[in-house]
Amino acid sequence: MNKKKEILISIALIAAVLAVLRVLELNIPPTSQWAMLLTVLKKGSIYALVAVSMNLLNGFTGLFSLGQAGFMMIGAYTYGVLTIPVADREMVYMYYDGGIIKFALPAVLGIIAAGLAAALFAFLIGLPVLRLKSDYLAIATLGFAEIMRALFQWDTLGPLTNGSNMIRNYPTFKTILFPFIASGICITLIVLLINSTYGRAFKAIRDDEIAAEAMGINLAHHKRIAFTVSSFFAGISGALLAMFQTNVQAKSFNSAMTYEILLIVVIGGIGSVTGSCISAFLFIACSEWLLRFLDETHKIGDFTVPLMRSGFRKVVFSIIIMVIVLFFRQGIMGTKEFSISGILSRFGGKKKNNKEGGAPLQ
Amino acid sequence: MKENVLKVENVTMQFGGVIAVDNMNIVVNEKEIVSLIGPNGAGKTTAFNVITGVYAPTNGAVYFRGKKIVENYPQGKMKKLYKGENNGIYKSVLSPTPDKITKLGIARTFQNIRLFKSQTVFENILIAEHLRRTSNLFTATFHMNREEEKNMREEADRLLEILELSDVRNEMATSLPYGKQRRLEIARAMATKPSLLLLDEPAAGMNPQETDELTAFIGRIRDDFGLTIFMIEHHMDLVMEISDRIYVLDFGKPIAEGIPEEIQNNPRVIEAYLGGAADE
Repeated sequence: MNKKKEILISIALIAAVLAVLRVLELNIPPTSQWAMLLTVLKKGSIYALVAVSMNLLNGFTGLFSLGQAGFMMIGAYTYGVLTIPVADREMVYMYYDGGIIKFALPAVLGIIAAGLAAALFAFLIGLPVLRLKSDYLAIATLGFAEIMRALFQWDTLGPLTNGSNMIRNYPTFKTILFPFIASGICITLIVLLINSTYGRAFKAIRDDEIAAEAMGINLAHHKRIAFTVSSFFAGISGALLAMFQTNVQAKSFNSAMTYEILLIVVIGGIGSVTGSCISAFLFIACSEWLLRFLDETHKIGDFTVPLMRSGFRKVVFSIIIMVIVLFFRQGIMGTKEFSISGILSRFGGKKKNNKEGGAPLQ
Repeated sequence: MKENVLKVENVTMQFGGVIAVDNMNIVVNEKEIVSLIGPNGAGKTTAFNVITGVYAPTNGAVYFRGKKIVENYPQGKMKKLYKGENNGIYKSVLSPTPDKITKLGIARTFQNIRLFKSQTVFENILIAEHLRRTSNLFTATFHMNREEEKNMREEADRLLEILELSDVRNEMATSLPYGKQRRLEIARAMATKPSLLLLDEPAAGMNPQETDELTAFIGRIRDDFGLTIFMIEHHMDLVMEISDRIYVLDFGKPIAEGIPEEIQNNPRVIEAYLGGAADE
């Protein structure tokens, strides 16, 4: 399989997936039960990006960080705060006299600013915390995320962050293609980074820090790069999530959210980009749609099915997680990747796509 | 007159109250193979760690090709605790991280093999090319450094060819037999293009045949690459056969220095190190 042919097939597949998405979007009325599929796809593509960004850190560089929700929040707020139309600011910041920012950026610039803001915070917090190793790094980054969450709800910062009130009325996306294309571009960039000489250095650090350093790899420098880049993309996914949710509130970016992302990474396979993408869609589909029925009371004749009540879904989830951790520690993909040439050579033409988020479309 | 490649000057390494290396002075000249021997716990690996920047010495300095690369003096609570000699002659602190030492041209291997486990033989070698990169994060990510990337791969392949590891190029590093893993670790160190190679027990755990092969291998890379080699080793056959000079360390103190014949007949060495196994 030569490179050119592979690229052509990839482009064709991406176009096909986008076309299918567009057709689905145009033909599923918002009232039908299938409308949930669109929600899952949108949210899944955003979670795929943040999961891949976390995988860059945890899976490829071996830095166990739990700050991802914090960086998403910084991204979401940056996007929201900078893009609310000037005319709407008076209403959104009703308790803070219209806030202190009196301009509005276009959406695309807002997204990039979201990534840059998260990266800046990551760079600064990285200076002290990246000296820590394994669990200690996880605790420090988790603490950082919690502090940021509290800080963003602080009344004194209200003119900027609107305190504990919602940020809303900023531009959102109109079509499902937007999160897919945005996440797709970002994931492609991460994959390119992983396949570059820097990516090799990251993997060396993951495998053996001491040997990596003896090979002339500056540990502090490379860890900082991985942390900052990962946070940049977490910030972008935060902005996309803000667009998806149409409002932002700091309290939703809690540590449970970080664990969700971590779960996606673990289920997909630590060290596999395509694994993270696939499991992001699976996870979102299960939690938002497929397992919802567990939270409802069901009656068969006069018999009420036991256990099925609000919150039971979480129990089932926890059991699934335990089973995965106990018996399938490798996750779906292990450290393997799904490649078009690999699929073609194995099935002789059976197609699946991985570039645009890797959703196995039903 | 041969040039001084490595000079370890009055180096003392004290951990708390324990002196691991006591006022060590070592000189390694251009294209020499020098061995450092001594009983277990004599401080050999600690000496290596001081040279390569893993530890900052408590007192003393290290020179590489006449240039001072490491220097330290007792500070803080060490000021009171310090029990070594030459206190007060060093005044400044110079403690680079190991990657900086590697960039200067000093590469090392480890006593317990430290290969990049999840990667192939080729990838293990390729990582060493990273330190000579001219691309930055952006040019590398957007693959604008194709030429450099190609050169990196070619160079790694060439090294594999020379060191006779081409046949296992695509195997996982950890799937190799023990002897080859050792050889790969040396090859990986060579890929950083050092002029001084530090080998920490390269023959540890090897059978006699593997040790013979390794002896030939070390001799060959010295000649082919014009390297200077400083190594720690326990296999006396290997040490005596290959070394130009030998240093003997006991309880952190250098007790003898000389050519292999002198060391073999030195009564202090026999007592301290060879001991009952003098017939070895």
